[in-house]
Amino acid sequence: MDWVFLLDTLHQLLEGVPLTLELAACSIGAGALLALALALLRQSGVAPVAWFVRGYVFAFRGSPLLVQLFLIYYGLSQFPEIRHSFLWVFLRQPFWCAILALTLNTAAYGSEVIRGGLQAVPPGQIEAARACGMSGFLLFRRIILPVALRQALPAYGNEIIIMVKTTSLASIVTLMEVTGIAARLISETFRAFEVFTCAGAIYLVLNFLIARGVGLVEYRLSSHLRPAQS
Amino acid sequence: MSSTLDQASLGTRPTIEIRDLHKRFGALEVLKGVSLEARDGDVISIIGSSGSGKSTMLRCINLLETPDSGEVAINGETIRMRGRGGGRVEPADRAQVDRIRSRLGMVFQSFNLWSHMTILENVIEAPIHVLKRPRADCVAEAEAILARVGIAEKRHHYPAHLSGGQQQRAAIARALAMQPQAILFDEPTSALDPELVGEVLRVMRSLAEEGRTMLIVTHEMGFARDVSNHTIFLDQGRIEEQGPPSQVFGEPRSERCRRFLSGHLK
Amino acid sequence: MSSYFALIGFGPTGWGLQLLQASLMTLAVACAGFLFGLAFGAIGAWAKLSGSRIARAASDAYTTVLRGVPDLLVIYLFYFGGSAVITGLGRWLGEEGFIGLNSFLVGALAVGIVSGAYQTEALRGAYRMIPRGELEAARAVGMGRALMFHRIVIPQVLRFALPSMGNIWQAVLKESALISVTGLVELLRETHLAAGATRQPFTFYMTGAVIYLVLTTLSGVLFQGAERRTTRSVRLPPVAMR
Repeated sequence: MDWVFLLDTLHQLLEGVPLTLELAACSIGAGALLALALALLRQSGVAPVAWFVRGYVFAFRGSPLLVQLFLIYYGLSQFPEIRHSFLWVFLRQPFWCAILALTLNTAAYGSEVIRGGLQAVPPGQIEAARACGMSGFLLFRRIILPVALRQALPAYGNEIIIMVKTTSLASIVTLMEVTGIAARLISETFRAFEVFTCAGAIYLVLNFLIARGVGLVEYRLSSHLRPAQS
Repeated sequence: MSSTLDQASLGTRPTIEIRDLHKRFGALEVLKGVSLEARDGDVISIIGSSGSGKSTMLRCINLLETPDSGEVAINGETIRMRGRGGGRVEPADRAQVDRIRSRLGMVFQSFNLWSHMTILENVIEAPIHVLKRPRADCVAEAEAILARVGIAEKRHHYPAHLSGGQQQRAAIARALAMQPQAILFDEPTSALDPELVGEVLRVMRSLAEEGRTMLIVTHEMGFARDVSNHTIFLDQGRIEEQGPPSQVFGEPRSERCRRFLSGHLK
Repeated sequence: MSSYFALIGFGPTGWGLQLLQASLMTLAVACAGFLFGLAFGAIGAWAKLSGSRIARAASDAYTTVLRGVPDLLVIYLFYFGGSAVITGLGRWLGEEGFIGLNSFLVGALAVGIVSGAYQTEALRGAYRMIPRGELEAARAVGMGRALMFHRIVIPQVLRFALPSMGNIWQAVLKESALISVTGLVELLRETHLAAGATRQPFTFYMTGAVIYLVLTTLSGVLFQGAERRTTRSVRLPPVAMR
């Protein structure tokens, strides 16, 4: 056990953690908002809009994320209109391309999770709210959304963990997050197993912390399901 | 309790009036032209076998079901309807429907309390957000109502922690908190264990005795006979018999009503 | 538009043939990966269901680690480290000299070992769905363990696991795109090469995306057909893997 090497590797890998977390947080945050919007549009009842959302979800879930990333990072440069627009400032940089690809991708999966949550709201409770004279945004805000989010939380927590792992793909477009640094270290030292162990450990710790965090939120929001305190 | 005849002579508008309602679900016609009037203080029990259309008729009053034809009027105000193509109708003014619903209370067979809120929060939810009354007033009134139905000590508990009877009493409290002009009860005790039925019926009886206008779809024949001042027997979408309970239960003119009662009264 | 079809078609300037070959390579490496995963998954599930605490712990470690680390990292491990491991193994077995792993095997093994972690869970869950009474009835009628395994357990497990397996297969199909980092010329690598050669990246990556969509959709249809034929009643809630 070459502890010196392991510690040194760990030290170098940890420098990639901020970027990993940045990529994850931005894409999960923006992706969740987009997912909520998509889920609501899907339920809107307007047929062309619902079909658009279904198409979006189908396209982003049915193709590899790496292809979507390449389309954005390499593909968009094919169009002079984009190269000459103000967007190019962002789309030229791998960081924003990665954020965009990750966001669009997680929104597709997230919207299905939220849609499932919306469908799991007990219809009787919605009826009772209508019978009191609630409708529209009030009904959605006070009754439907709180219950739907509680139903969706476990599955969405899973999605968050998956997204943290998926940030590793950013290394393919030169971003030096944890996997990117790991790849460089392996190719320099050829000690693949040790580097893998250190990098893997970092990801496992991140997953663990996130799972605990989500569990805590679930716990706080589910006091209505626990036995009563006497 | 005043009778419909007394009040009719006073010329006041009925609290609830439905005229010639028809409703079909697909090929099945569930309501074949029902009309009824409920005046202030009336306690009307609605009986009949399953599938007779009792619940559907009740749910048409607050538009949880939309009648295919006919009219619903609350305090003389008719709910405006419009065509929707394909022979269907819908309410013309969503805001009117919401407003009318906020003036009626409904108690459901399966309670339908909001599971993510405590009992107190359930009771103050609609007064605060629909009637826009100040929170302090709503809380004070809610606590009084919950004490009145006998579950004040459960007000910070969640619905899942209450028994069926307690949940239904909480649901009644929720309806009362809106200060409704009439309360609609859709088989309020049908989902309760037999030993819990009594506590709910007691609350309903006390409401009747204080002069509330109530429409009750129920299978509890004894309760209906004792507490209501007008009984309606529905069979296959039509009102076959109606009148004072003494008549409907004692000497029904309709053959079907007689047969129904002989199967249901012990 | 006609220039598009000239570009991806089978003519002299068209990349159609290469795209077709690369698509077949994608299917091949995905199949190999999935089958490796089935083998690992079967072993993992057996370990979790066995009485041995060591086996259970080892299998738990396997599924936790391989589901918790990014797939790309595993591919790098096998790509850079695989040859070293195999050479070391070979030397231990008496074979001198360097034994290289080709990129196909590297990719299939890497994807397989990750997929195996998910398949472990799918198979284990499926086994636990078999009503105990059916196994009791098999014993009562005198079936030996091997026969019971062969006639009762395996068919039931496959039946209950089918929905999850469908998801896992689609995930493996999409994962195969990551194997392009090893240099294997599967679909993504081919579109990358074509994009570079023709300077039309969007055209080719979009075409690649469409081909992947066709593959995943066809897979979905096939699995749903299989499900319909083999299942009627109780089903596992599908285990999702991306």
